[in-house]
Amino acid sequence: MKVLNKKNIFTLIIIIAIYALVQLLLTTGTISSFYEITIATICINIILAVSLNLVTGFTGQFSLGHAGFMSIGAYAGALINMSMKSTSGFLAGILIGAIAAAIIGVLIGIPTLRLKGDYLAIATLGMAEIIRVVFLNMEITNGAAGLNGIPRFTNWTWLYLFTALTIVLINNFVRSSQGRACISIREDEIAAESMGINTTKYKVMAFAIGAAFAGVAGALYSSYFYFINPTMFGFQKSIDILVIVVFGGLGSITGSVIAAVLLAVITTMLQSFSSLRMIIYALLLVIIMLFRPQGLLGTKEVTDLFKFRRNEKVE
Amino acid sequence: MLFIATEGGAALEQFMQQIVNGISLGSIYALVALGYTMVYGIIKLINFAHGDVYMVGAYVGFAVTTYTGLGFIPALIISMVVCAVLGMSIEKIAYKPLRNSTRIAVLITAIGVSLLLEYTMMYFVGPEVRSYPRLLSQKVFRFGSVIINMQQIYIVITTIILMIVLQYVVNKTKVGKAMRAVSADKDAAQLMGIKVDNTISFTFAIGSALAGAGGVLVGIYYNSIDPLMGMMPGLKAFVAAVFGGIGSIPGAMIGGLSIGMLETLVSGYGNSMYRDAAVFAFLILILILKPSGLLGKDTKEKV
Amino acid sequence: MSLLTVEKLTKSFGGLTAVSNANMHIDKGELVGLIGPNGAGKTTFFNLLTGVYEPTSGSIKLDIDGEQTEIAGFKPNNVTKVGLARTFQNIRLFKDLSVLDNIRIAMHQNIDYRLPSALFRSNKYYEEEERLRKEAEELLDIFDLSHKKDEMAKNLPYGEQRHLEIVRAMATKPVLLLLDEPAAGMNPNETVHLTKTIAKIRDEFDLTVLLIEHDMSLVMKICERVYVLDYGTMIASGKPEEIKNNKRVIEAYLGEDV
Repeated sequence: MKVLNKKNIFTLIIIIAIYALVQLLLTTGTISSFYEITIATICINIILAVSLNLVTGFTGQFSLGHAGFMSIGAYAGALINMSMKSTSGFLAGILIGAIAAAIIGVLIGIPTLRLKGDYLAIATLGMAEIIRVVFLNMEITNGAAGLNGIPRFTNWTWLYLFTALTIVLINNFVRSSQGRACISIREDEIAAESMGINTTKYKVMAFAIGAAFAGVAGALYSSYFYFINPTMFGFQKSIDILVIVVFGGLGSITGSVIAAVLLAVITTMLQSFSSLRMIIYALLLVIIMLFRPQGLLGTKEVTDLFKFRRNEKVE
Repeated sequence: MLFIATEGGAALEQFMQQIVNGISLGSIYALVALGYTMVYGIIKLINFAHGDVYMVGAYVGFAVTTYTGLGFIPALIISMVVCAVLGMSIEKIAYKPLRNSTRIAVLITAIGVSLLLEYTMMYFVGPEVRSYPRLLSQKVFRFGSVIINMQQIYIVITTIILMIVLQYVVNKTKVGKAMRAVSADKDAAQLMGIKVDNTISFTFAIGSALAGAGGVLVGIYYNSIDPLMGMMPGLKAFVAAVFGGIGSIPGAMIGGLSIGMLETLVSGYGNSMYRDAAVFAFLILILILKPSGLLGKDTKEKV
Repeated sequence: MSLLTVEKLTKSFGGLTAVSNANMHIDKGELVGLIGPNGAGKTTFFNLLTGVYEPTSGSIKLDIDGEQTEIAGFKPNNVTKVGLARTFQNIRLFKDLSVLDNIRIAMHQNIDYRLPSALFRSNKYYEEEERLRKEAEELLDIFDLSHKKDEMAKNLPYGEQRHLEIVRAMATKPVLLLLDEPAAGMNPNETVHLTKTIAKIRDEFDLTVLLIEHDMSLVMKICERVYVLDYGTMIASGKPEEIKNNKRVIEAYLGEDV
């Protein structure tokens, strides 16, 4: 009854409209196949950034190991998809990739999330490195050579569907009581505990949800690019995701989306100067922190900019 | 019986060899770990760029010896000076304006500076691995089947000398006293008339100089350098600092040696592919079991 | 049996004993004060009651309608669940969140929908969120803060921030409310307002209150019973008049304004 309210219908219309627009541009060939890769990268990066934002931006737990969870999804998805070469195999791969990443997220989260700030950052970085080394040494993952010939089922429609799903679900989460519990941990952990919030539980919850979506992104990635190996999911990749989140604003979902699009566009423009790309990324990171540490949007959302003192209602 | 004895002797010698290798590698980690621990002690920042300062140090040593033909000691000193200036500049430009920002903002900045150093270097010198010129004699000493080479001796001796100098500076000089005061309580130190900004600069200078020395030594030891070489050793040196107790100078030395030995033992007896993973697994264990490290102080948030 | 019974509560940090063998009992509906010179261990005592610190020894029993719970060693969130709520000496609001969100977070344990409902926004989610918002607004209304509900907590004037912290503690639906120096840093006007609020809490919400205070006049005026802590030991307890004339208390406070 209440799900079909004005706001939700409006959101749905926007989601469908964006899909239709891009689909139209693709079928008419306005977007050439070269830029299709850019679009795929944008979608995957949005999923990664929004999910990391849940952990780092909303819950305040600084993770430098997001690529580790992505790799779990990528390998799980690829292996399942290679043995079940069908759309249902593809979807099963995504689902199992997400679940596997979430389980590892819980296992890693319980011991490490007791740590604070920079210690947590280093611990998560270490965990991601361990995951990478394990993939590097496992037989089923084909070691350093990686997996080749993963069937491609990821297309624009699936990418868009999963991206929209990620945004909607994580947005729903942060605007629920559970999400507010996570935000309160970011604001003041001791006060949050005194308000009856089981901080460990909610930190692990945010971590697991974040990991699950990183797993989804990984599975989509492996099925789009045919090929994966452990070096793709190193420290560098975690930093790439972090840059998007920081640039968009820690605690802003729409910020992450906008940043993912902008950075993809910048990267594409710098294609012929690829050696400069990382320098520009690095400078960007430092300059943002020096001059606008809250990122593009801070903790605000784009939709907040259109609110004129209107009474916010739970709809 | 005799067979068993030689078998045991060989095992012991192999073990000793790993320890020798571990001490050499660990000395380098210890030099780098000192910078982490001093900077963390004074401004509570994991200076992610520290590993890259060490990389720059290695390149400076490479340039000096290759293009001017100077020997080991001048190369070491020039590299230390350049790194000290670099470290101070990084602090002034990137970290100082953020002194009152959130920890996460400063940490992200540090990651940014790290990437900037790596890729700027890569832009100028190219991504390829370069081989270090041979600066020292290739003489080796044999003790049974345990081999100690000249490089290892130089590494250990240089490290010991630098550490004695450091201990002297920190414990006996005025600026060392200021460093200890600032890391104990920045505001109180300020009130006592200590120039906090200068002291922080000085800390960066010393830490970076030690990293620069580490860079030259590692170049000599492994014979090869590349622009991303600082990433892993940097992180491992940080692990060493955490293990020893962050903020503690003797802790960083013990931590560095321990991590070096852990690594060579894992490579020697297990699978060298698991070397890095073992160090990180070790880190996570320390963080969970004794986050304050061997010689660190426990701190708890006041409620 | 008393609502709160503290027996032989001790906390040592290394060699230092911050609280030693402290006893206290509070009956339902009482308003009790805890005073003592600086560094006497008052806040440590609070931190022990609320689970921030684990006691070295001793027991803390809470008796709610005949149901007894030993809460010594509980984690803070579980202490809150049993029915204890607190404020902090150095205000710990969720500064960058709205006043309303501060209250809604404190009402978290009272929400009745689970993660899937939150992710997929079931009807239950909408119903519960609506109820939560209403309850939060009603609570803010009672304490004259509803006109500020969309303000960020950090933008409130100092007195109102302290006030909001009390209301936030109330939102967890406690049976025993612990106030850590609620009047610290307040001007006389704000203190008068605070006194009214505390009275209101007790009368309208049927709550039991324990407060630490430095402002002796406030304690003497509103508390029915007072405990005095000095060097970690309870040196006296009784009615305010008795305390005022107690020799040991005067000695403990010598050099400070009584």
